[in-house]
Amino acid sequence: MRRILRRREMVADDWIHLGEEAADGAALIVPLAELRKDAGRWWQWSGRLGVRITPIDRVEEIAEELPRLDLVAVEFPSPSEGRGYSQGRLLRERLGFRGELRAVGAGVRQDQVFLLARCGFDALELPEGEDADGACRALQRYDVAYQPGSPQTAIRRQRFFA
Amino acid sequence: MYEYDQLDQAFVDQRVAEFRDQTRRYVAGQLSEDEFRPLRLRNGLYLQRHAPMLRIAIPYGLLASRQLAKLADIARRYDRGFGHFTTRQNLQLNWPNLTDVPDILAELATVQMHAIQTSGNCVRNVTADHLAGIARDEIDDPRPYCEIIRQWATLHPEFTYLPRKFKIAVTGSPQDRAASEVHDIGLHMARDAQGNIGFTVLVGGGLGRAPMIGQVIRDFLPLADLLSYLEAILRVYNRHGRRDNLNKARIKILVKTLGIERFREQVEAEWQLGRASAARLPAEEVARVRSFFRPQPYLALEDFDASAGREPAFQAWYRYNTRPHRMSGYRAVFVSLKAHGQNPGDMSSEQMEAVAALAERVSFGLIRTTHNQNLLLADVRQSELYEVWLELARHQLAMPNIGTLTDMIACPGLDFCSLANAGTLGVAKQIQERFDNLDYLYDLGDIEIKMSGCMNACGHHHVGHIGILGVDKHGEEWYQITLGGSANGFTALGEVIGPSVPKTQVAATIERIVEAYRTLRAEGERFIDTFRRVGLAPFRESAYATHSAAA
Repeated sequence: MRRILRRREMVADDWIHLGEEAADGAALIVPLAELRKDAGRWWQWSGRLGVRITPIDRVEEIAEELPRLDLVAVEFPSPSEGRGYSQGRLLRERLGFRGELRAVGAGVRQDQVFLLARCGFDALELPEGEDADGACRALQRYDVAYQPGSPQTAIRRQRFFA
Repeated sequence: MYEYDQLDQAFVDQRVAEFRDQTRRYVAGQLSEDEFRPLRLRNGLYLQRHAPMLRIAIPYGLLASRQLAKLADIARRYDRGFGHFTTRQNLQLNWPNLTDVPDILAELATVQMHAIQTSGNCVRNVTADHLAGIARDEIDDPRPYCEIIRQWATLHPEFTYLPRKFKIAVTGSPQDRAASEVHDIGLHMARDAQGNIGFTVLVGGGLGRAPMIGQVIRDFLPLADLLSYLEAILRVYNRHGRRDNLNKARIKILVKTLGIERFREQVEAEWQLGRASAARLPAEEVARVRSFFRPQPYLALEDFDASAGREPAFQAWYRYNTRPHRMSGYRAVFVSLKAHGQNPGDMSSEQMEAVAALAERVSFGLIRTTHNQNLLLADVRQSELYEVWLELARHQLAMPNIGTLTDMIACPGLDFCSLANAGTLGVAKQIQERFDNLDYLYDLGDIEIKMSGCMNACGHHHVGHIGILGVDKHGEEWYQITLGGSANGFTALGEVIGPSVPKTQVAATIERIVEAYRTLRAEGERFIDTFRRVGLAPFRESAYATHSAAA
C-alpha cells in the first residue's frame, strides 16, 4: 500500500486514484476533467470524493464544489512547476478549503516539501523512490521563515504576518 | 547598514546546512545533474565552461569593510585571488570547486552574507541606486525598502519556482541610476499630495532576447501596501506567465501579450482579493529596518575645492571619479575597476583588502558596488580626498575614466560563460588600447559602452549609448553594434547600426562612430544627444566608411 507524508508523518494512504483498484465505498480521487465529464456518476460515489487538478486548472472554477470534496490533489509534474504553490494558497486562503490538500506528481521531491507545506499542503504523495526520511527531515529544515505560511512545519519565528 | 537579527542568522545558517546536504546527495549520485541544477542555481552556483561559478549576493550593493575583506579572503583561498563585480551589484567567483561551495557559503554566513537566489527562476538580488542616501535629489533612501523586499522574497514559499527569473530595482531619485526601467519590476520612490512615502510601480521591463521598457502599472502605491502589491503581481505572473517556452517566460511577455491595461486589471483584482491574506508591512517593521540606514555621524564641514592647486592627474581624478554629496564637506568617490589592461569589473583580493581598509579609515567602514561595475566610497571628507587618491592609485584603482568611453560594462563572455557566443574581454582590451589617450576620452565626454557576449544581455548592450553584442557566425566571433540606448531617466533601446563586424574591427568601428560624433556635435552636446538629434544614418555611413569586409 502506498504511503504518504501527512502532517510530518509517513502514514498508509487511505485514498485511491481513479484507475487504481477501488472497492465500492473507497475514498476516491478523480481528475477534474473526468469529474466534469461524468458528473452524475462521481457525485453519486459511495465513498469520500477528492478531485485532482493540473497546473493549468483555475481553482476558482471548483469553488462551488469544494464543500462537497474531502480532498484536492494538486499536480506537480516536475520540481520546476510552480503554479501549484499558488493553487494551494488560493484553495486554503481564498476559497477556505479545509479538507486534505495533497501534492502529487514527479515534482513532489524532498527539496520541495518545505515550500509545499508552507503553502498549505498537508499531504505529500512522494513519487516512488523518493527518500521519505529525507522528506521528513526537510520539513523541519528551517525553524524560521520570513513569510506568513501554514503552521505545519517547525517554524518558531517569522518576520511578516498576514 | 542592515544587521542580521537572530532570525536572519538562523535562516542563512539553515540554508547552508540544506545546501550542504543537497551537494552531498549530488556528489553521492542521489541527485542527477538535472535534479541538482535548480537547487544549486538558487544558491548562486553555475557549472560553467571551465569550472563552477559562484555568484555571491550583495544586497542593493552595500558592503561593510569586514564583508569585502571576507570576499577577498574567500577569493584567495577558494579561487584564484580575484572576483568579478556584476551589473546587478553582485560578485562572481569563477573558479571555486563544487565541493568547497558549502564551506564558502558557511564562511559568508559568518559575515551576514549569502548567495541565495542570485540565479534560478525566482526573485533575484534587489538592486538600488549606488548614490542612495547621499544624492541631493533623493526623495527617500531606497535601501530600507530593498532590504524589506529582500527578506520578503527570500525562499518565498509561493514564488520560488516562477516561470523565469525576476529582477526588482528600487530608486529613490528622479534620476534613475539603477536601470529600473529594464527590470521586471521597477520601483520609483514618490510622495503623494500629503507627503506620504510610496512608490510608482513599473512592470515588464527587461533586456535579453526581447528587450522592453517597463510600463507604469500604478502611479502611487502607499508604502504599507508594498508587499501585498508585489505579491499580487507575482501571483498573476506565477499563474499565467508562459512555462512552455523559455524565451517567452519573462513577465514582460505576459505584460505585452495582455497589454498593460488588462495586466493592470488582473493585478488590481488579485490585489483586492488577496490583500487580507498577503504579508503585511507594519510601520514598526519599516521603522526597525530604516533605523539601520540612518545618516552617518557626519561632521559639520564647509565645502571647498579639494583639487585647487593640485597636480593635473589629481584634478582629473577629482573631476571624473568623485561626485557631490548631500552633506557639505563630503564627496562620493568611485573606485574605478576599469583600469586599462584589466577586465571590466574584476578586482583582486589585494585590491579588495586595500579598499576594505581604506573604507574603514575614511568612509565609515562601508563600500558600495555600482550597476556600472565599479565600487564607491560614499562618504569621504573632502579634506581626505588627496590621500584617498594616492592610496587608490597605489592599487591601480584610480583610473580617472568614470563616465567616459572606457568605463564600459562587459559581461565575462566566452572566456568564462557557457552561454556566451563570443568573447567580451578581448574586445574590451582592444577598446582600452585604442582609446588610451585620456585627453581624447575627456573630449568625447559622457559615452556609455555596454557589451554582452550573447542575447541574454548580462552586459545590458541594448541600453548602452554604444551597445556591442557578440554573435556566433559559423564558429567565428562577430559583433553587432547598436547606438542610442540609454537606461537612466530617458530609457531607450539602441538601434542596430548595420551588419556585424569581425572581432578585429570592433574598436576601429567605434572610433569611426565617435569621430562622426565629433564632427556632428553641437557645442557641448553629449554623444547621446547628438544621436537623438541626427539619428542613425550619419553614424551608419561613417561606421562602415573604410570597412567593406562586413557581411
